[in-house]
Amino acid sequence: MIPILLKRVVHGVLVLWVVATLTFLLLRLAPGGPFDSERKLPPEVLANLEAKYHLDQPILNQYLLYLSGIARGDFGPSYKYLDRGVTRIIAETLPTSALLGGLAFAFAILSAFPVGLLAAYYRGSFIDRLCLLVATLGISLPNFILGALLIWAVALQLGWLQAGRWDDWSSAILPTITLGAAPAAYLAALLRSSLIETFNEDFVRTARAKGLKESLVVMKHALAHSLIPILTVMGPLAAALLTGSFVVEYVFAIPGMGRFFISAVTDRDYPLIMGVTLVYTLLLVCANLVVDMLYGYADPRIRAQS
Amino acid sequence: MTARSRTSASANSWLIASGTVVFIVVALGFLAPWIAPYSIGGLEAKQLLETPSWSHWMGTDGLGRDLFTRILYGARVSITVGLGTAVIALVIGTSYGLVAGFRGGNWDHLMMRVVDIFYGLPEMLIFILLSLVFGRNIGGLLIALGLVSWVRFARIARGQVLQAKEFLFVESANALGASRRRVLLRHILPNILGPIIVTLTFSIPSAILAESTLSFIGIGINDPYSAWGTSWGTLAQDGYRAMRSYPHVIAFPAAAIFVTILSFNVLGNGLRDLLDPKQR
Repeated sequence: MIPILLKRVVHGVLVLWVVATLTFLLLRLAPGGPFDSERKLPPEVLANLEAKYHLDQPILNQYLLYLSGIARGDFGPSYKYLDRGVTRIIAETLPTSALLGGLAFAFAILSAFPVGLLAAYYRGSFIDRLCLLVATLGISLPNFILGALLIWAVALQLGWLQAGRWDDWSSAILPTITLGAAPAAYLAALLRSSLIETFNEDFVRTARAKGLKESLVVMKHALAHSLIPILTVMGPLAAALLTGSFVVEYVFAIPGMGRFFISAVTDRDYPLIMGVTLVYTLLLVCANLVVDMLYGYADPRIRAQS
Repeated sequence: MTARSRTSASANSWLIASGTVVFIVVALGFLAPWIAPYSIGGLEAKQLLETPSWSHWMGTDGLGRDLFTRILYGARVSITVGLGTAVIALVIGTSYGLVAGFRGGNWDHLMMRVVDIFYGLPEMLIFILLSLVFGRNIGGLLIALGLVSWVRFARIARGQVLQAKEFLFVESANALGASRRRVLLRHILPNILGPIIVTLTFSIPSAILAESTLSFIGIGINDPYSAWGTSWGTLAQDGYRAMRSYPHVIAFPAAAIFVTILSFNVLGNGLRDLLDPKQR
């Protein structure tokens, strides 16, 4: 287990380094600078600005300065928010995004499991077909459309909830559903097909033959076995929640990291773009690492390999 | 027996239905200049935000432009982005995967390492960064999306080549002294097309989704007055702002996006069952 884990960590660091380098290069290549504005700045002012942000130094120096900053957890100053550094902006907004992502993840798991179980157990029935239909629709519905639809129906027409606020638990309901719906649909469909396959396995028949209670057969034997394919998609799922979060934050005007990322892109606030991208990548790498560990734990064959 | 043929018949009808919708969307997009009832730039100052009527089937937007016309031209944008990205990713990814799988050994190992790293990247963010470099227009977005999504093809193609290399007819072609190029292009490629076509079908809706999402949040195609067509995502964003009083302005572009993505996904599922029964 330990050597595999070490290999994964090295891989994760490699991914982070690639992203750091890539973002650095890409944003240097991108046309237009951070200080391009409609009125041209006087050359002296521009020179001072560039000196302040080390933009006048050779590109290799800038790169090394940037990397050593990251290693210390310092993403540099924001070009747009002059009073705060990028690290502080991220520290202030990340908890909001993490809360939203966590809620959506919980929502996806909690709704996918009963639906997937029911659909697989009553395979071919009306329930099954309804679940499949909802899952197909859910996968194809972009979250910005779902978000707008929910705001229109629940907030504007019915008036049950208010949209565009982020202060108490009720303001989190619609964003959570919006962000979690597609992962829920995807998970339910996956769990269904995985369970259907498992129900045909010999060990399930054996468990039934020896007179085990049906609920135990399903919940203990079949479900545990079906979890392995579910675990493999947890990494991409985490990615979907991360990148979905900035769309949902935009639609619902939630002050999270994603919304700052969007405005950083429009403002060409390079350090903020790079910082947020790196934090997202770090989260993704960690999620993949956890999934790998769980995967090794859940499947004894993989445990035995190492 | 009867149950089986019934399911395959219903699967076929889904395939045909989704294929028809996809065909209609593609046709409407490319025929937009000839079938649109109004000109794309046409403003009617007296008819702002009108609800659907006989003269404006989908109503008008905040500048008095006919929404049906804008949706038709928007189809052209979405289809171009979807098909274009898929083709770019197909060409890069498949040739990469073919070479990796066919060469094998250290080459394969090294090349797939690169693919692994690409797989670990947050796709959407890299796409946004690339679009900043290549420009926020259709061409730039196509390149950016293509560069992000080729890895899927590389993995599929490589896996398929590794399997196909074991086939007897490949062995016999080698034994008969066929050149490596001939073996790869004549014997292996045709046999691995099925899964690649399926991947292609699924990558079209994800490109359309990515483009419309970015345009909706205002960092996609940045050209709201383009004579070539405005992204459905941008149209939806316009509608989103006016949603409280004029929900029709967002309803039609949102429906267009949803129906298009849905029919491509259903088509992909059908094709997968048809061409690649192993992956079911």
